[in-house]
Parts: sequence; structure tokens; C-alpha cells
Amino acid sequence: MDSTHTDDIKKQVRVYIIVFVALMVLTIVTVTISSLHLSVGAAITVALVVAAIKASLVASYFMHLISEKKVIYATLILTGIFFIALMFLPISHYLDPISVK
Amino acid sequence: MQIPYTDTARPDTGLYNAKLGIWLFLASEVMLFGALFSSYVLLRVGAPTWPHGYEILNIPLATLNTVILISSSVTMVMSWASLMMKDFGKYKRYMGLTILLAFGFLIVKGFEYGAKFSHHLYPSESTFLAIYFTITGLHGLHVIGGIIVNAYLWGPGAKMWKTEPVRFTNRVEVAGLYWHFVDLVWIFLFPVLYLL
Repeated sequence: MDSTHTDDIKKQVRVYIIVFVALMVLTIVTVTISSLHLSVGAAITVALVVAAIKASLVASYFMHLISEKKVIYATLILTGIFFIALMFLPISHYLDPISVK
Repeated sequence: MQIPYTDTARPDTGLYNAKLGIWLFLASEVMLFGALFSSYVLLRVGAPTWPHGYEILNIPLATLNTVILISSSVTMVMSWASLMMKDFGKYKRYMGLTILLAFGFLIVKGFEYGAKFSHHLYPSESTFLAIYFTITGLHGLHVIGGIIVNAYLWGPGAKMWKTEPVRFTNRVEVAGLYWHFVDLVWIFLFPVLYLL
């Protein structure tokens, strides 16, 4: 039982190393793309997509979200909804009839 | 009073209590940094002109700090994995390395700040620098917080390994979740502030 457990952890360690390499490669990708000085829209999209991939690698493997309990997923889904609302707040002033003149 | 469910799962959540606790804390942290990101978007969209981060900030130093912080996330998770494999010596080495890398991050950040100040670039100089110093400053405080917790778990707190190894391993996992979050915030800060 205990040796199986240790084997599982050893497998996980291999995954951590692969994720580490992937994160380094993606960091190089981000910096390289930014040096191309794309248009603002394209640069923002690419930078955020790469950052989102890196973040999901960290969250999934280092933070073990790939296999977590339901209550944590529920907490994070709720957080995600509030976070999206927060990100849309800056554009919500366009809906305000006083500011649109 | 004894804290319940420090080394066993609570039947209804399926988690030891500290794990749910840290995730709730991290959820609040998402909102804290989210508010600042949101402010950044508002300020940038509303500004008549906005500088490119790469014109003002030092990309090579920030890239180095990205590499340092990602590496420290790996050493952090390896320190936890070492405890799971009952290798305390390895835990000490990986945790020690994590703390050193965190100091490395702060030193590089210190150089960056120092270079800005020597050119009289303070938060009051522009909206860009104001939000740059606010967000990276708050992130830096989080790094300092992580160093304090990790140093405790590396030093005096490590005594718990002898008496309550499962509880200690869980503490390291929780500290790790926080540390990975600090890394995760930087993963977004780096392109948003420096590269766009």
C-alpha cells in the first residue's frame, strides 16, 4: 500500500518537471511574441491566452486542481463568476445614460 | 482548544479544514487582485495615452523574476512531494531553495524599483507608474508573507514532522497553495504590466 503511494508521488514528480519545462517554454514564447510588437488587440489577446495556459498549468498540477473535492470547485466557480463581473465593471459605465452624452 | 480535522478529512467536505480555509482565502485574494486588475483596465481605457510597459520597465529583469518565481513554485511542490515520500532531508533542501528563490525575486525587484527611483520615476509620476507600483508592491508584500510562512515551516515549525507528520505535510501543502497563487498572479502581472 505504502509503496504504491510512493510510486504515485514519483509519477506526480515527473509531471511537475514536465509542467516546469512547459512553463519555461511558454515564458520564452510570451517574451518573443511581445518583441514582435503586434497591434494592441492582437498583443493583448496572445499575451492573455498564453498567461491563461500557464496559469491553468500551475492551478491544475501544482495546486492539484485536476483532482480536487467538489466543495473547492464550487468555491472557485462562484469566485470565477464574481471575478468576471469585476472585470466587466469598467465597461459597465457605458450603460449609464448620464455618462453617454 | 484542539483544532478539528487537521490530519483527517472532514466527512462532509472530504477535506482537512485548513485546505478549505486556504481556498476560501485565495478566493478573497482573487477578488483583491481582481479589483486592481479591473482598475488597471479602467485607467488604461480612460487614459488619452498609455505607455508601452516595455518602454519604461526592464523586460530582462522581469523575465528573470518570472523564471525565479516559476522555479520556486516547482521547488515548493517538490518539498511537499518529499514529505509525502517521507524524505525530510529532501524537504529541507527544497523548502530552503524555495525561500532563497523568493529572496532572489525580492532582490531583483529591489533593483528594478531602485532604477526607477534613481530616475525620479515615482508612483506620482504617471497613472501607469501609480498602478505599476501599487500592483507589484502588493504582490511583493505577498512574497514577503510567503517567505515568513515558509521560513517558519523550514525552521522552528518543522519540529512538528516528528510528532504529527501528516498535519505538518498538510501545513506545507497549504503554504504551497498560497505560494502557487503568488506565482499565478505574477504570471498575469508580467505580460499585462511589462509586455503590453
